[in-house]
Amino acid sequence: MGILDSKVPKGPLAAKWTQHKNDINLVNPANKRNIDIIVVGTGLAGGSAAATLAELGYNVKTFCYQDSPRRAHSIAAQGGINAAKNYQGDGDSAYRLFYDTIKGGDYRSREANVYRLAEESANIIDQCVAQGVPFAREYGGMLDNRSFGGVLVSRTFYAKGQTGQQLLLGAYSAMNRQINRGKIQSFNRHEMMDMVLVDGKARGIIARDLVTGKIERHSAHAVVLATGGYGNVFFLSTNAMGSNVMAAWRAHRRGAFFANPCFTQIHPTCIPVSGDHQSKLTLMSESLRNDGRIWVPKRMDDAIAIREGKLKPIQLKEEDRDYYLERRYPAFGNLVPRDVASRAAKERCDAGFGVNKTGEAVYLDFASAIQRYGEEEALTHGIKNADDKEITRLGKKVIEAKYGNLFQMYEKIVDENPYETPMMIYPAVHYTMGGLWVDYNLQTTIEGCYCAGEANFSDHGANRLGASALMQGLADGYFVLPYTIGDYLSKDIRTGAIPTDLPEFDAAETAVQDRLDKLMAGSGQHSVDFYHKKLGKIMWDKCGMARNAKDLQDAIDEISALRADFWANVKIPGKADGMNQELEKAGRVADFLELGELFAKDALTRNESCGGHFREEYQTPEGEALRDDENFKFVSAWEYKGEPKDAVLHKEELKYENIELKTRSYK
Amino acid sequence: MKLNLKIWRQKDAKSKGEIVDYPIKGIEGDMSFLEMLDVLNEELINKGEEPVQFDHDCREGICGACSLQINGEPHGPDRLVTTCQLHMRKFNDGDTIVIEPFRATAFPVINDLIVDRTSFDRIQQAGGYISVNTSGNTVDANAIPINKHDADEAMDAATCIGCGACVAACKNASAMLFTSAKVSQFALLPQGQVEAVDRVQNMVRQMDLEGFGNCTNTGACEVECPKGISLENIARMNREYLSATTKG
Repeated sequence: MGILDSKVPKGPLAAKWTQHKNDINLVNPANKRNIDIIVVGTGLAGGSAAATLAELGYNVKTFCYQDSPRRAHSIAAQGGINAAKNYQGDGDSAYRLFYDTIKGGDYRSREANVYRLAEESANIIDQCVAQGVPFAREYGGMLDNRSFGGVLVSRTFYAKGQTGQQLLLGAYSAMNRQINRGKIQSFNRHEMMDMVLVDGKARGIIARDLVTGKIERHSAHAVVLATGGYGNVFFLSTNAMGSNVMAAWRAHRRGAFFANPCFTQIHPTCIPVSGDHQSKLTLMSESLRNDGRIWVPKRMDDAIAIREGKLKPIQLKEEDRDYYLERRYPAFGNLVPRDVASRAAKERCDAGFGVNKTGEAVYLDFASAIQRYGEEEALTHGIKNADDKEITRLGKKVIEAKYGNLFQMYEKIVDENPYETPMMIYPAVHYTMGGLWVDYNLQTTIEGCYCAGEANFSDHGANRLGASALMQGLADGYFVLPYTIGDYLSKDIRTGAIPTDLPEFDAAETAVQDRLDKLMAGSGQHSVDFYHKKLGKIMWDKCGMARNAKDLQDAIDEISALRADFWANVKIPGKADGMNQELEKAGRVADFLELGELFAKDALTRNESCGGHFREEYQTPEGEALRDDENFKFVSAWEYKGEPKDAVLHKEELKYENIELKTRSYK
Repeated sequence: MKLNLKIWRQKDAKSKGEIVDYPIKGIEGDMSFLEMLDVLNEELINKGEEPVQFDHDCREGICGACSLQINGEPHGPDRLVTTCQLHMRKFNDGDTIVIEPFRATAFPVINDLIVDRTSFDRIQQAGGYISVNTSGNTVDANAIPINKHDADEAMDAATCIGCGACVAACKNASAMLFTSAKVSQFALLPQGQVEAVDRVQNMVRQMDLEGFGNCTNTGACEVECPKGISLENIARMNREYLSATTKG
């Protein structure tokens, strides 16, 4: 198999994980006390991994750039978490969740990993309830579910529109219990600047204390990266301002292959851009598509009148509206997967039917849901002959209970009341399916360097289904990594503590210091944001929802030139030996300027359309993605060789032994 | 619109801080408060001055990183929003806006508008959890039926984002609303009962050790809380505490 061995265990799909757990080596409790693990990132994957590893008895050090682990961006996930519990009795099973995820990912993910994820999903819900996560419940006291895109069952568990927050606070509380026991040392306001390899194994990190500016050495027997995605390469995204690729990219430069960088999720329901000052985009949860209907005007003159403010959407008659998702995809309607919904919105707006000033927005309308719920409420409360006003009032109450916080957020940002007039939404960068290549054990191509959650590439193929990111983060952290890392660490029981005065640590620290000096030495022409915005525009225009060979080649050239300009002319005020937020941003943007180029190169190499990767040259006559399984049924894993243009492609062939490859259809 | 900003500048924890005037123009109503500060910082950088440092991350009102005392109010004049969701349309052309860090003994200033809120983490570490191992060998989730009303109320308490506005709003710099939100979440759920006595005592002890003040029921915390955490939680925590003392 050569350099890329996925290490998928043999045996039937459903037995692989159980068998693997029985076969791998364990570390006895006394030895665990002598083994140190570094976890970088404290979101759902990192927080849950840190807590579990500490419970098992390992000595854990966690690192996050935020002032508290509780602020990791998993907190912003809104809609829910999938689990194959089949509480609704609607035919769900681990196999169906597995199947939906593989299909949703457009057949570009690894079967064995996805099956394990589906298998562990039910455990997550049990675990979180035991931790006191207040999931939504029905009147009988049982857990409630809702539906998400790309599936035909209700398997999504939720806590209002703040599911990510509640799950993260659950993981954070599990971490706190271990911090209180002294098993986790938590380094907040710290950023990983480099990874240290000793004899080819990950043995520590170089970190910068973001308050004092001090460069620190930390050693361990293994390093776990759970540092999230790289959506901010687009500048505007739904990611947090600080979300970055630095830790993963530093590991990549040290030998970890980077897989499928061009697989990015553009989420269909975000609040549209309002102006040049915009610093980030805000998501409106996919759960809204349970009840909201997406439309644009059917006629061009209506669209123009709406854009000019001469016509209001509620004035448009039912027959003058184009519910284009329901029209094009009758089987799934408004609940098609995200990549499909996003492209359909772009198609309508490009054709001139957009509904805001910039022409880049479509409507998400709750009027019919308000009516439907109102009628139902009137019936269940025994209100006979309720008038329209009463029905609307009752319906709005139901919508408020379901999505109140999202509606409030929309109103604060847009200054319009979404109970009265349809929301305006447009696709925005949201999630990155690509990430560090990992084998079945979640180990990267660097021995002892593991990667979990959004930061790895493993489970979502070319498109992630809604409510599956939380599931993957927690499955990796609570239930997968703690087992698989033990197998590796069982060889380290006699190693003893790793000293930090090794020459490898000296060299890595010097390299970090040199890089900081070089950043500070820029000629002082332009701010960091100036470069970040330029990079974002290249990415969005040329590597966004639709890509073609010419644009991608241009993007590669432009990013490469921009990177050279950045290093020569960036302007960073202040000093490196204290708190300096501009310096923090500069380090992150410097890495985005390398990743962006690799991203474009990856997209240019993949001559097919699949999931979120849509190449204009490869589409069906109806404008759907045209996959090429014969030539591209593989994971692209890129090896660092200096400049991104020199990166070397390694392919992991994907084998489908349990699922038949089909053209994805949601019609 | 044109504004006159008066911003607290402080080099580091040990230095003395001061209010500095920054006139600014070209601000639009659609900008968030933090985007307005981005504009100011871009100007300062281009002039060769050091930008104003402030905590922020998700910019959608959920991470709890952003803070700021704006014209004397935590998160500014609007209700039920964090600073990152406060929009400039809430201000008028020509306004003077005073921007300071959250003030409390237990929140020492680190730099400019950034304060150290790790005291909140330590309160959580003292007992803000249920001691269940994450091994995956718990009971089925539906084996613990929970009354919907209790589950909803626990959820309301659990939505606290740990920003510290309650402390900054309180004349006593009390952390009772923050601490009681966590105590309440678990007090309302059957899973929280086993450790209820220790939890409330340990968390309250840590809260006092950190130097937060006491509650005198002014209710300012509830008014300023961006997530609408109710004062009832404080009453519930007092009840839990009293009951723990008699049991304990």
